[in-house]
Amino acid sequence: MTTTATPVDNGVNVEFLLGAKEILAAQPAAADFKWRASNTWINGTHSRTTVYDFFGLGAEQAHKREFTFHGDHPGVFEGEDEGVTPVELLLVALAGCLTGGVAAVAQNRDIQLNSVTATVEGDMDIRGILGVDPDVRNAYSQIRVTYKIDADASPADIKSLVAQSQKRSAVFDALTNPTNVIVRVV
Amino acid sequence: MRHVTTVIVGAGQSGLAMSRCLEELAIDHVLIERGEVANSWRTGRWDSLRLLTPNWQSRLPDYQYEGDDPDGYMTMPEVIEYISTYASTIAAPVESHTDVTAVRTEGDGFRVETTSGEWRARSVVLASGPYNRAEIPKVAEALPEGIDSITPSEYRNPDQLAEGGVLVVGAGSTGIQLADEIHRSGHPVTLSVGGHVRTPRVYRGMDIMWWLDAAGILDERYDQMDDIVRARHLPSFQLVGSTSRATIDLNALQDLGVNVVGRLARITAEGVAQFAGSLINNCTLADLKLGRLLDALDAWADEHGWAGEPEPPERFPATAVSSSPPLLLRLRSGQIKTVLWATGYQPEYPWLEIPVLDGKGWVRHDGGVTPVPGLYLMGAPFLRRRKSTFIDGVGDDARDLAGHLVKYLDEVANAG
Repeated sequence: MTTTATPVDNGVNVEFLLGAKEILAAQPAAADFKWRASNTWINGTHSRTTVYDFFGLGAEQAHKREFTFHGDHPGVFEGEDEGVTPVELLLVALAGCLTGGVAAVAQNRDIQLNSVTATVEGDMDIRGILGVDPDVRNAYSQIRVTYKIDADASPADIKSLVAQSQKRSAVFDALTNPTNVIVRVV
Repeated sequence: MRHVTTVIVGAGQSGLAMSRCLEELAIDHVLIERGEVANSWRTGRWDSLRLLTPNWQSRLPDYQYEGDDPDGYMTMPEVIEYISTYASTIAAPVESHTDVTAVRTEGDGFRVETTSGEWRARSVVLASGPYNRAEIPKVAEALPEGIDSITPSEYRNPDQLAEGGVLVVGAGSTGIQLADEIHRSGHPVTLSVGGHVRTPRVYRGMDIMWWLDAAGILDERYDQMDDIVRARHLPSFQLVGSTSRATIDLNALQDLGVNVVGRLARITAEGVAQFAGSLINNCTLADLKLGRLLDALDAWADEHGWAGEPEPPERFPATAVSSSPPLLLRLRSGQIKTVLWATGYQPEYPWLEIPVLDGKGWVRHDGGVTPVPGLYLMGAPFLRRRKSTFIDGVGDDARDLAGHLVKYLDEVANAG
C-alpha cells in the first residue's frame, strides 16, 4: 500500500460506489439496469451503432450525448474499412472495463496510479466464420491482455489490482461465461 | 406443555457449547436433538472424512482433547465419540430422537413444538448447523440422462460410483479431497474450479491451523470485517485432514492426472458442459491471496519471537494451469459417468415459523443475534468470528451469545 502523504486520487468516487452497494443491497430492484444500442445498416458490411439512453436506478437515464460507433470490415476482406470490426470492439470493451476496474480497485485500496496502459490481442481462426471447418469456433480461441502499470504499490499489490478487476468485470464475465442471446425479427 | 427458559435446537458442538455456558449462568434449558448428540457428524459423511482441524484445536468450554495425538485429525467415529463424551461430561439436558416440528413466537417468548411434546420458552437458540442439505446448482437440471448425479451427503466411497470418469464440481475442501480420492481409485476425474482458497496443510513445519490460530486470524471478528457478506461466502479452505498431512492443491491434483477446468457455467441441450474462461484468473487470485496470508504470518512470526522458527519462510510454486484450459466437455461422449456436486451446503429450517430468513434461506442476524428478541443463531459461517464454523470456534460465540441472552432476560424481567 502507498505511503504518500497526499490523499490517493485516481479520479474515482469510491465513496459513491460503496454507498451504492449499501443502497442496492437494501433495494435490489434499483440494481436492474438495461443497456441499449441501436444499429443501422449503411452499405456492405458497414453499419452504424449509436448509444444514448439506458435504464437504471428505477428510471430512464441517458448519457450526456449520443455516442456513435462504426463497424465494418478491413480492406483484406474487401470491406470499405469505415470502422473497426465488431470483434475488435469486443477487445475495446474488455480493455475499457478492466482498466476502469483497475482504477476503482486502486482507489478503494488507497493505491495511487501514475500510469496504466494495456494491449489486447485475440486469436481467431477465421475458418470458423467462413464455415470451412465445423470444428473451428467462430469467436476467439484466446484473448490476452497485457498491462503495464506504474503505481505506488508493490508488484504483488499491482497484480492483485488486475486480478480483482477481472473478478468484478462485466465484460470479462460476458466473454468467459455463456449468455443467452435472443435475436428476433419484428 | 413444559416450561423452560431456553430451548436449544440441535445438540452438536454449537448447542452443547451453549448448554455449558447457560449452565454456568444458571439458565435452565433443554437441547432438542432430532437424532443423537453430534447427529450431523453421524449422517451424510463419506468414509474417509476427517476433521480439517488438528485434534488439539477442538477446544470447547471446559473440555479439550487429551489423547496422545494432538496433531492428528479425528475420523468421524472419533468426532462422534469426542462430542458425545463432552455431552455426558457436562451432563447436557438433551432430548434425543425428538424432531422439532414448529418454533413460533408467543407473547414475549416462544412455543416450540416437538414430536415428544410442547415447550414454552423465553428464548430459543438455533444450533441445528449450517450444513443440512447439499446444494445442487441450477445448472444440474440440464444434466443428460444416463449420467449419475451425486452429492457429498450421498457419497461414501469410490466403490459406489459407476465405472468411468467423474466430473467433480467445486474445489473447496470437499471437492479437492473427493477429487483426490476418486481419481486415485481409478475413476479419471475432471475438476471444475471457480473461486477457491488455496491453503497449504503445513507451513514452516507447523499445521496451517496453528499459524491461523496463533496469529489471531481465526479470531477476527465479524464486526471488524470490511465486507462481512463476502467473508461469509468465502469457499472453504482447500484442506484435508489425513495421516500423511499432505497438501492437496490444484498442482498436486494435476500431478496425479486430474483434469482441471473452469467453473461449470452451463450444460447445453446437447449435453455439452461449458466451463468459464476465468480459471487462470481464479488461480491467480488464489495464489495472490495465499501470498498475502503467508506474508502476514511471516510478519507475525518476526514480531512474536518466531523469526525463522521452527523453519524459515517458504513460498509455494504458482498454480500451474494450461494457458488454454478446455472450455467444453461433451458429457455424452462416454468420458463422464458421474457428476459429483461439491458446491456447498444450505441450512434448512422447515419448522421455523418466524420470518427471520433472508431471500436465500439463511437466518438474518447480527453476530448471532436475530432481529427477533430472544432468538439466537449459532454455528453459521463467520457468525461472530472466522472460526465460527470450527468446533474450536463455537465456545467463544456461545460465551458471547449466552451473555447477550442473560442480559436480554434481565431487561425483560426489569421491564415487566
